[in-house]
Amino acid sequence: MNFRTLGAATLAVFLAVMTQRPALAAGDEVVIGDLDDMSGVYADVMGAGGIESIKMAIADFGGTVLGKKITLLTADHQNKPDIGASKFREWADQNGLNMLLGGSNTGVNIAMEKVGAVKKVPLFHIGPGGASLTNEDCTAYSIHYVYDTTSLANGTATAIVNSGAKTWFYLTADYAFGTQLQSAASKVVEAHGGKNVGAVRVPLGTADFSSFLLQAQGSGAQVLGLANAGTDFSNSLKAANEFGVTKTMKPAALLAFISDIHSLGLKTAQGLYLTTAWYWDLNPETRAFAKRYFAKMNREPTMDQAGAYSATLTYLKAVKAVGTTDSDKVMAELKKMKISDMFTRSGYIRADGAMIHDMYVMQVKSPQESKYSWDYYKLVKTMNGEEAFGPITGLCPLAPKK
Amino acid sequence: MSEIFGIPVAVILGQLTLGLVNGSFYALLSLGLAVIFGLMGVVNFAHGAFYTLGAFAALLGLQYFGINYWAALLLAPLAVGIVGIIVERLFLRHLYRLDPLYGLLLTFGLALIVEGSLHQVFGASGESYPVPDSLAGVLNLHFMFLPLYRAWVIVASVVVCFGTWFVIERTSLGATLRAATENAPLLQAFGVNVPILKAATYGGGVALAALAGVLASPVVLVNSHMGTSLVIVVFAVVVIGGMGSILGAIVTGLALGVIEGFTKVIYPEASNIVVFIIMALVLMIRPAGLFGKE
Repeated sequence: MNFRTLGAATLAVFLAVMTQRPALAAGDEVVIGDLDDMSGVYADVMGAGGIESIKMAIADFGGTVLGKKITLLTADHQNKPDIGASKFREWADQNGLNMLLGGSNTGVNIAMEKVGAVKKVPLFHIGPGGASLTNEDCTAYSIHYVYDTTSLANGTATAIVNSGAKTWFYLTADYAFGTQLQSAASKVVEAHGGKNVGAVRVPLGTADFSSFLLQAQGSGAQVLGLANAGTDFSNSLKAANEFGVTKTMKPAALLAFISDIHSLGLKTAQGLYLTTAWYWDLNPETRAFAKRYFAKMNREPTMDQAGAYSATLTYLKAVKAVGTTDSDKVMAELKKMKISDMFTRSGYIRADGAMIHDMYVMQVKSPQESKYSWDYYKLVKTMNGEEAFGPITGLCPLAPKK
Repeated sequence: MSEIFGIPVAVILGQLTLGLVNGSFYALLSLGLAVIFGLMGVVNFAHGAFYTLGAFAALLGLQYFGINYWAALLLAPLAVGIVGIIVERLFLRHLYRLDPLYGLLLTFGLALIVEGSLHQVFGASGESYPVPDSLAGVLNLHFMFLPLYRAWVIVASVVVCFGTWFVIERTSLGATLRAATENAPLLQAFGVNVPILKAATYGGGVALAALAGVLASPVVLVNSHMGTSLVIVVFAVVVIGGMGSILGAIVTGLALGVIEGFTKVIYPEASNIVVFIIMALVLMIRPAGLFGKE
């Protein structure tokens, strides 16, 4: 290539990049972004259903805020931290992004959070579990909305240890979320007088869990702690049934969604303890939302999809209250306001970014107990927000320990 | 209980058995790939999608038409095989004169379309296919309890694999097929309809993938991306065994299942990359693969 063609090529690329920039007069619309797993193992947990519930929230809010149109950008991060971070940066730089939500993958969310802090764009974590997002990885612009590993472990592990099953073996998804979930559960188990016998770290997206289940069975533990999620969770529980592991060990779902239970069927999942932030059949408000959602998606919403609806509304309410999309002012308002909608009746966002709200310990019904379609859970215990999410640890510089 | 390298013998035997189950799937899938590559020179990236289609055919057949597992074992590969023949007649046959890369791109695109459509219609979390009642029990092997169904998978796939090998390497039909790759015009001059032979080969190869899909459906959740990750491992198996070598595909498939099983005990975190490490080593030492001809 000679210098002239090199120059021409550079110019062409430059022009292409320049013309791609949208003609955006800053601030003539309010831009919300949803970056999530749209095609992988977590796609049914948020995915297309999450987009739908965000759209419902925007429509319910009236489609505009402060006289500006609300627009929604969506993209698939494919569970890759680099894609999540670069897309977030692109939207912030080129599309005038005002708020981002989604994630569903602790690894990706940690990467996105760093971008949010630099670009000063509020990030509502929907779906990632890792409690580090409000501890050592916390930033001034992030809010952990639906659940975290601490609250999941506090719910399920406490209920099972108190029922008398004291020794635990873990099947752990081998990335940030799985290891954090395992360590959170281990702490709860020990705190209640139980014992952690062992664990095996399984690569994300493993199809065959039988080897690992044999190891679990060999440990002699009473409880099989499933520190994984989505398809990994379903496949591991299915295999645990097939190998008769569930006859000698009590399975504990440290994170399970209603979509997983639906896939597995009640025959396989019955009796399972799990912790959820939201269930469609809790009260008249949740049922009303679920009914509208079902009409569009032909499925009941997961807690993440309901959470995405609530997070969108909460953000828009905060923007309306302060009369600007200025991130610092909106964040200050978010940490002051009370959150009350069909997702939670008494939620609030703590200084470290954790949204504190009730969590529910559920047990999966048997096929005989289930009276109508999607009638899957019975309520074992309601934990209030403080009990579920525990005290501020002091690991996040924004929230010193009291 | 005696131990080898600090691992109880019962555990080793258990993992060996489970490795054979996974190896059975690898063998069946890589066999289909090897047949298609060996006899047609097509790098069939759509293999995982046909495997997924096989599983979905079984699932939907059961849900909508009440077709039981045993019938699905026959009907699903048949249906998917016909789809394969249509694909060959419509698209693939135009690419034989070109570089194999074009076939790879075409099949890769097909795989994305099939998997994307299934994802669109059925979502990501998938559905359970029940284990047939007659195979629902558990075998006591003394060192472990093996679900009867998994034992059946090993038997079925070994029979199908060696049956296919026998047909291609030891019968006159197989000789005709191999002749079609060696010198198609000459074979045509003998009055053999080579284009139909090629279409049937592709149909047969993808039917093997669909059969693997039906066999897998009671073991894993049937969902749109069940074939995506598997097909990459299976390509590695074919590369290790030697592209186009049928015996190589079968033996390597079973062996890698077992090696992967041991990795799951010794260092579980590496269990999804061990196959690729072996592939890299084999490519360095024997670039044509363990069973390939230099």
